[in-house]
Amino acid sequence: MTAVLTGLRAWTVQRVSAVYVLFFFLTTLVWLAVHRPVSYAQWHAWVTSGGVRPAMMLFFAALLVHAWVGLRDVLLDYVKPLLIRAAALGALALGLAGLGGWAAQILISA
Amino acid sequence: MTTRSGAPYFLDLFQIRFPVGAVCSIAHRISGVILAVSVPLLIFALHRSLAGPEGYATVVTTLATVAGKAALVLLAWALGHHALAGVRHILKDMDVGASLGSARRTAWLALAGGGIIALVAAVLVL
Repeated sequence: MTAVLTGLRAWTVQRVSAVYVLFFFLTTLVWLAVHRPVSYAQWHAWVTSGGVRPAMMLFFAALLVHAWVGLRDVLLDYVKPLLIRAAALGALALGLAGLGGWAAQILISA
Repeated sequence: MTTRSGAPYFLDLFQIRFPVGAVCSIAHRISGVILAVSVPLLIFALHRSLAGPEGYATVVTTLATVAGKAALVLLAWALGHHALAGVRHILKDMDVGASLGSARRTAWLALAGGGIIALVAAVLVL
């Protein structure tokens, strides 16, 4: 479990995901600022239009992978007993995977 | 106190003077944890906002409450500091600002930038 996404690969994933998350967040912020006050119809139309839906799915995937690398580091730093550490990492992985499934389901059915 | 090898160590957190890089670094971690904890709320807000006009209105009015505004300002600080400290890391990976002097300056910049972003957010939501 602790070997999932380590070393140079984790470093690369952390940085690539960070850049995309920041890019997508700023894009959304600009869209909200330009169109404000945003109505439900506008918001729904934007999220479900063309490339926005897959781009938002990629945003959540990148965000959750980024959170995995960061929170995994935090757990490895502070949780030393092996069993508790394995349990915490497992719970974290399950939780993040569940959040990803939830976000995907929201965007698919929107 | 000394370590087994004889080197002195001193870990009184209330007396240690942290260098600015250490403050920037621990703030990067704290802001990251705050942002991670807020992800389920973000997804829930996405769910409600796309569920229909009533759900969308609920999200908007919830964010307009005192608690909602306070949460937005906290998240603005967390995101602002985390992003600036992250950009600082990526630039240091590329050897930009990696010397001790400039690393101290960019640590101050990231800390100040996070505060400024939080202030701007506070002005915007109030």
